[in-house]
Amino acid sequence: MVVGMTMETFLQQLINGLSVGSLYALIAIGYTMVYGILRLINFAHGDIFMMAAYFTYFGIAVFFMPWYVTFIITIGLTMLLGITIERVAYRPLRDAPKTSLLISAIGVSFLLENVATYLFSGKPQAFPEFPLMTTPFFIGGLSFQPVSIVIPIVAFVLMSALLFIINKTKIGMAMRAVAVDYDTAKLMGIKINGVISSTFAIGSALAAVGAILWCMKYPSVLPLMGVVPGLKCFIAAVIGGIGNVKGAVLGGLILGFSEVLMVAFFPALTGYRDAIAFVILIIILLFLPNGLLGKKQVEKV
Amino acid sequence: MKETQNSIGAYLKAHWKTILFLIVLLIGIGLADNFVDSYLRRLLNLCAIYVIVSLSMNLVNGFTGQFSLGQAGFMAIGAYTVAVFTVPIESRAAIFYLEPMAPFLANIQLPFIVALILGGLAAVVVAFFIGSPCLRLRGDYLAIATLGFSEIIRIVFTNTQSITNGALGIKSIPTISSLWWTYGTALLIIIATVLLINSTYGRAFKAIREDEIAAEAMGVGLFKTKMTSFLIGAFFAGIGGGLFAALLGTVDPKQFYFTLTYNFLLIIVLGGMGSISGTVIASFVVTLGQEALRFLDEPMAFGLDLPIFRPGLRMVVFSFLLMVIVLFYRKGLMGTNELTWDFIAQKYHAIKQKLSRKKASTEGGGQQ
Amino acid sequence: MSLLRTENVIMQFGGVVAVNDLNIDIKKGELAALIGPNGAGKTTAFNVITGVYTPTSGRVLLTPTDPTGQATEIEITGQKPDKITGLGVARTFQNIRLFKELTVLENVLVATHLNANYSFLSAMLRAPKARKGERQAKADCEFLLERLGLIGLKNEKAASLPYGQQRHLEIARALATKPQLLLLDEPAAGMNPQETDELTDLIFKLKTDFDLTIFMIEHHMDLVMEISDHIYVLDFGCTIAKGTPDEVQNDPKVIEAYLGVDADVED
Repeated sequence: MVVGMTMETFLQQLINGLSVGSLYALIAIGYTMVYGILRLINFAHGDIFMMAAYFTYFGIAVFFMPWYVTFIITIGLTMLLGITIERVAYRPLRDAPKTSLLISAIGVSFLLENVATYLFSGKPQAFPEFPLMTTPFFIGGLSFQPVSIVIPIVAFVLMSALLFIINKTKIGMAMRAVAVDYDTAKLMGIKINGVISSTFAIGSALAAVGAILWCMKYPSVLPLMGVVPGLKCFIAAVIGGIGNVKGAVLGGLILGFSEVLMVAFFPALTGYRDAIAFVILIIILLFLPNGLLGKKQVEKV
Repeated sequence: MKETQNSIGAYLKAHWKTILFLIVLLIGIGLADNFVDSYLRRLLNLCAIYVIVSLSMNLVNGFTGQFSLGQAGFMAIGAYTVAVFTVPIESRAAIFYLEPMAPFLANIQLPFIVALILGGLAAVVVAFFIGSPCLRLRGDYLAIATLGFSEIIRIVFTNTQSITNGALGIKSIPTISSLWWTYGTALLIIIATVLLINSTYGRAFKAIREDEIAAEAMGVGLFKTKMTSFLIGAFFAGIGGGLFAALLGTVDPKQFYFTLTYNFLLIIVLGGMGSISGTVIASFVVTLGQEALRFLDEPMAFGLDLPIFRPGLRMVVFSFLLMVIVLFYRKGLMGTNELTWDFIAQKYHAIKQKLSRKKASTEGGGQQ
Repeated sequence: MSLLRTENVIMQFGGVVAVNDLNIDIKKGELAALIGPNGAGKTTAFNVITGVYTPTSGRVLLTPTDPTGQATEIEITGQKPDKITGLGVARTFQNIRLFKELTVLENVLVATHLNANYSFLSAMLRAPKARKGERQAKADCEFLLERLGLIGLKNEKAASLPYGQQRHLEIARALATKPQLLLLDEPAAGMNPQETDELTDLIFKLKTDFDLTIFMIEHHMDLVMEISDHIYVLDFGCTIAKGTPDEVQNDPKVIEAYLGVDADVED
């Protein structure tokens, strides 16, 4: 295991890690927000990400709409999908035992995957090219894809906007209140359904942006593409402290860097790239079960 | 001596219906084993294997209330153990053509039953390592951790070329098509589960499911009990996997996608999480149902060209079914009840009453 | 002889001090009560004693008597609830935490699990030791159900029981762990005066029949004053008074904080 790497290559890998990490962060936020409010692992989130990718694919490659129109429609449709799922599959079970809710989430995930396989066939489809994003440009011997720089910037802008919403607006305060104490928030007159729908809408919108950026970087769509990223991004949320938006971002970045650097330093382990998320998860669960930024959750007895 | 004779006699007398049923069942299996064609045989074997793995999942999820999604992974361990140790030594070089089999394994060949049990034990060892961090913590994490582990196992098996032959998988596993192996094992495991559930340990499992905090306050050690259930579940799943390998004759990582676990989840939800008989019934319903609905995947059905019938429709229907059950029939077929003779008698009388009441009302109406 | 005592126990949740410097000393064979307004920290105190919470600071010490008759003081601060139950402390819950889908008999049988001295394999194979243990446990539990008037309902699902019976079942279940110290969290909550009277007699009889020490949270003052040997009064987490029923009843601080003019406070 010789670190046969120049400074330049290392920088390249750092940028790579940053963009992968930012993608993970965008998706992880959706998981952490829903868990913070409903204590539910939204298994379907990764598949919502997948559907967004397909919406984009269809918009551009099948309906030949201009990219900006497609992006807007994709984000809108994905938000609608997220809200609908909550309304149909989660809201009816709000008073049911936790297990039923988990099974419902898994069921939605399963259903989305099967519907996508049925509608779009299981074969990967080539995502349309965005030469503007993918043609590498050169800085002093290093080649970068523009998309690798765009991703962290877009992610940063969106996350700042989100943190602003959460901390400085009324709806954000309502979200925080529901996350801390669901029952009291309800008694205080907060419209719970509205808050929950907004949470799903925001999470899904971010996932949609993540999907668009993801496909620019890895231009292929297939029905099961959301599964592994979904799992990893939930783990990222756990690493950072589940329920904490900043934590999700932190976790996503940590995971992204870990993956990229592991493969860069130990190319022989490339096949195990996806496994590192779980190794980190086990370590976190053993030593810091509440994640890096999380708080100890006390159950009322 | 007389006392034992009396108690055996009393036992036989009390459970004569069950014993008669078992005898009929055994005869049925014997007959099927001799006369059934290979297609149906394969299907019946699969049903039994699904009973075993679903039961293993219900033990952990339904009875102990711990949400584990790792059955596919434990199955994979059992399957590969059987594959690696029962493939004839002469065939190994040809199968492991990309990279020769690891020397310490290449010359060991074990009888099927040894490999089968070994597979179960291997699954237990792995389950111990996963369970140790996860069972101490919030239950939600167990779902992700077990799902993740299931994926990791697949990744590991895809990459350890010299042990598992990687993505190529292992062929030429000596197949066992006899129904006795699968149904015999299934029966043993059903009986073992019944005995376990009806013991103090089974009650401890259920207590944890009902109210963890109260259970702990009553002296039930949470971690120890959850781990016991988890390990037993892994063992049964490993055994199921081993039988699976022997049924198909080949194993490869793609067979053990986590989506396989979803099948078992559907079964235990349909049958009723917390009902052994429910799981058994649902295993047959789902396995046979998935076969019967195969036509949904073929555009040409009933001599008509129905473009809506395309590959994938079958699974859409089944995942839709899962949603319907979890949203509207949460308790599944049996809830937490078991298909005992009393249960059947109750239902029979209830239906009889309903029919006679209906008859009386129509007759009364007719007379007007 | 002291059975349970706490030394300067403080339980803090973030900014809230739920229990502030608790020093109790419950003597073996005593019936002690913990009273105070709602939210005073009584159940939190129980949770600290039984290991559900680890106190922010302070110690909890138990002096159980082992089978040979020897009594040694051990520290149980922050130990796991099942361990503490194993040492002889049992409790009921304010909000009734029965195993809803299990039958009445099964509910009580769960509490005998900790005394099952055989492995799960033994249980599965119905080994002689397991069968004997099971038979004994069933007999013990049915005896308890009889004492608490529940034997006729033994095969009913716990969730189907009327409220008063559910409370009795909670007590039966706790007794099945064979405790030396029994913590009752508002055992008479929601009961009418007649039921409360019957419960008062029952608790007293159980104490003598099973050689128990009882520590009880209650709001029904007639019940408390009638059978307690010693009372602790909590308000906002602080102990504002402790002593015999007479002493406490006449303590001005207690009257101001809690009892008011009418000493009978309904829930």
